[in-house]
Amino acid sequence: MKEYYRGIESLKEQLVFFKSSTIKPAFGERVFVKWKGKEVPGRVIEINEKLTLIEILGDSSGISRDALVRFTGQMFTVPVSEEMVGKSFNAYGEELKTGRKFIGREVEVYRKPINPFFREYPKEPIVTGFSAIDGLNVLVKGQKLPIFAVSGVETEDLVINLVNSIQTEKTLTVLGIIGLKNEIVDYLLKRISGNTIIFVAKASDPPAAQVLLPRTTLTVAEFFAFEKGVDVVVVLFDMTNYCDSLRQISSKREEIPGRKGYPAYMYSDLASIYERAGLIKGKKGSLTMIPVLTMPDDDITHPIPDLTGYITEGQLVLDRKLHKQNVKPPIDILLSLSRLMNDAVGPFHRRFASQLYSAYAKFKTVEKLASIIGECELGEVERKYLEFGRRFLREFINQKEGERRSLEKTFRIGLELLSLLPESELTQLKKEDLKRLKR
Amino acid sequence: MGRIVKVSGPVVEVEIEKGEKPFLFKVARVGNLSLTGEVVSIAKGRATVQVYERTEGLKVGERVSFDGKMLSIILGPGILGKILDGLGRVLPFSGERIERGRGRRFFPEGEFEFKAKVNAGEWVKEGQILGFVELKGFNYKILSPVAAEVKEIKSGRVSPKEPVARVGNREVFVFEERAVRIPSSFKNRVEVKEPLLTGQRIIDFLFPIAKGGSASIPGGFGTGKTVLQQTLAKWCNADVIVYIGCGERGNEMTEILKEFPKLKDPYTGRSLMERTVLIANTSDMPVSARESSIYLGITVAEYFKDMGYSVAVMADSTSRWAEAMREISGRMGELPIEEGFPASLSSKIASIYERAGAFLRGSVTIIGAVSPPGGDFSEPVTRHTKRFTGAFWALDRELASSRFYPAVNPFNSYSRYAQFIKDWWNRLGDYESLRNWMVETLQEGERLEKLVKLLGRESLPEDQKLKYEEFNLIKEAFLRQNAFDPVDCYSSPKKQILMAEVLRKVSNWWHKVFKKRGIPVDKIVSQPVISKVLKMKMEVDEEHLEEFEELKREIAEVYEEFLR
Repeated sequence: MKEYYRGIESLKEQLVFFKSSTIKPAFGERVFVKWKGKEVPGRVIEINEKLTLIEILGDSSGISRDALVRFTGQMFTVPVSEEMVGKSFNAYGEELKTGRKFIGREVEVYRKPINPFFREYPKEPIVTGFSAIDGLNVLVKGQKLPIFAVSGVETEDLVINLVNSIQTEKTLTVLGIIGLKNEIVDYLLKRISGNTIIFVAKASDPPAAQVLLPRTTLTVAEFFAFEKGVDVVVVLFDMTNYCDSLRQISSKREEIPGRKGYPAYMYSDLASIYERAGLIKGKKGSLTMIPVLTMPDDDITHPIPDLTGYITEGQLVLDRKLHKQNVKPPIDILLSLSRLMNDAVGPFHRRFASQLYSAYAKFKTVEKLASIIGECELGEVERKYLEFGRRFLREFINQKEGERRSLEKTFRIGLELLSLLPESELTQLKKEDLKRLKR
Repeated sequence: MGRIVKVSGPVVEVEIEKGEKPFLFKVARVGNLSLTGEVVSIAKGRATVQVYERTEGLKVGERVSFDGKMLSIILGPGILGKILDGLGRVLPFSGERIERGRGRRFFPEGEFEFKAKVNAGEWVKEGQILGFVELKGFNYKILSPVAAEVKEIKSGRVSPKEPVARVGNREVFVFEERAVRIPSSFKNRVEVKEPLLTGQRIIDFLFPIAKGGSASIPGGFGTGKTVLQQTLAKWCNADVIVYIGCGERGNEMTEILKEFPKLKDPYTGRSLMERTVLIANTSDMPVSARESSIYLGITVAEYFKDMGYSVAVMADSTSRWAEAMREISGRMGELPIEEGFPASLSSKIASIYERAGAFLRGSVTIIGAVSPPGGDFSEPVTRHTKRFTGAFWALDRELASSRFYPAVNPFNSYSRYAQFIKDWWNRLGDYESLRNWMVETLQEGERLEKLVKLLGRESLPEDQKLKYEEFNLIKEAFLRQNAFDPVDCYSSPKKQILMAEVLRKVSNWWHKVFKKRGIPVDKIVSQPVISKVLKMKMEVDEEHLEEFEELKREIAEVYEEFLR
């Protein structure tokens, strides 16, 4: 039987202060708030003797103190089912097309931490078809590798290409769309198809729904990864919107802010999302995560990319300059890193990446120098670096629309480019690698 | 007893029953799930408890009990090789998720062979060794808790539950219990004079740390803090290692849990884990346990220090610990000062590093990684850490992004221990003058590098170009060290001295040839023997150090040719 209670003391946008005299709600409990014929989910975010603070996770327009509250005695859940593949949902697991709640087993969305002893260390690469990733910043099954985007670059195209390229018969991709504009959501929904599940909280959806969305997405992804043994890649796009929603809610709750107004607990909060990636001992599947976030003002030291960088295992950083030079994807490899790569690839691959990195770093120094003293003043070797670097961007990083490169091809292009440099410069490669280059 | 009146995240407010008098840092059991917490503030009739586990599901009115002790840990034979969480519970917990209100604290298991070292009737001092328990090749020393007469003591097999001795009116067991927030005594402090060797050349040779010293490793994400901490843990010559993963990535912690048991102790050939205690608190584990994990780790270190061992504590990362503190103080409504940190930040940081020291018996060395937001070394945690640590190994984004490891920036780093340990090194060779030469060359190199960045290498006059090449040679051949190469990953002090000697030899020859013959620098520095010098770190292993003599001869031959 559903029991509704009256007793709202005050309201503040998404927050309901409920007088808890007879009812004893639990911290974190799921509730429903009903007014004018609609029922919207909410969550208990603080309790004390007199008041229960409820956060409404839906549209709160039109709500008044007459609204009724139903307590469920349960934590927040989302339905999971194998039938979800190929479909799109909102943050509560309601199908976008029909608006109806999907039927499946209900699973709690806030999960307990994975026991580090039950984690399996990631060591198997996922081929994405991009040289900048597969050759230099390998994505590993169970890794969390974020993309740090910049405004003005069509990150959605990269996301579409990545999702469509990673998604195979054996790999399921799950895309969580957080706080994006309507037109971009439509653009994404149209171009991503097949073996993908999509969850959407648009820019116009309430902040609480945007904060819930990554957890919904991950709960469904965990079901496939750890119960069904599937290799799942989750893309969360865009985590900056998530953090902004979190800040908005935190400020409404009158919490003491940390850096730039973001809540002081944002590190722990982001960790509870990102740490859901991984491999679990004795289970076949894997959960790999690619959170995408747009760096405010292109600033990598902003709290959002900064805290993310400390939890995730590396990062791929996009660059507007490269974008304007028409390099696609515009990945700035000097700022990018895959922490788990070393254990997941062979020794040749490690040396290959390390050599390309050194050479490209040298190119960047030479390029800067050339812009000061002029190209003619450069030494012979320096000029070779200049040629190497320019062709590296054009031929190695840049890829044609929809091109999916094999690892062999990535190696071939890289080695060819390195052969532009004198052998004495290739200190990271071994003799046998140089032979491979001559072959 | 008390009852819950408010829950907000990990902070729970409790109404205290009459007659109950909880004190600060008393442990509390909260709610029907009996979650572990700690009293952090007390007002009339009210106490605030910081809960170490997730608080979802708690209700107003649930019971809270105060169990009478401060957060403490039981220390005894068998603790080496164990993995604990931030509260001292033994991992692995069963189950793939960490459940609440579960887990057991460490307690010694089985029976032990106790060997008495003093006799009944003797008077002992506080902290004096009463006897030993040997376990897995390690001597756990059982210390006297008081200065008094030994009333009873006898060698033989004991269970941890029966006393091994009676001193004064105290019973002594093979284990002891220590509160983690209270430092062990600071009596008998001595001056540091022995280096903690790490096998990392840039550290041991240029910016050394002494046994009993403290060091910080600041670096933005991606500069290699964790790899460096792990490398230090693997190779440093401490008797006991305490590794604290404080709010770190789950997968990284898993790597350590997988790696460490497999590693061989380079000094004894046994498993490295047999002299290590790991404290594992991943970033998604509860924030309060993250805050306590550092205190717990240092308490374990002090236990072994008191036995007379040298202990190295690696904390990765202290910024996560400071952040936990900020998060909790925010929840309690404390007024923050800079960047949201509580005003007690600097004294808390000091209280950690001040627990390092060399003592008449044993030493505690603390190496803390710092993760400055945005790699900004002027932020509060880095700044205060700098005040209270003696060595500073600054990691550099530019070095890291060109894959130069360890990415310790030789210009921003420093160590106040170099002067204390130079006598130790001087017995092996000409350390002092080699180090001075290297430091000066690097200093000059920094100046030249700025010019090269602006004007190009070609713009340098020949003599400066030579100096620049010398600088590059030291960087490439000496400072760069590959943690993944089986030979290069560790250099003994002897090898470090020999390598430095080879480099100084090369430098001397270069200058001589240049001065006497005026041969173009490019020609002088591009001799094939130089590529041998560049590779010596990987090609000459510890068993064949005599090959450096061979190399020196070869260098002399090549450059004598120029002078003929």
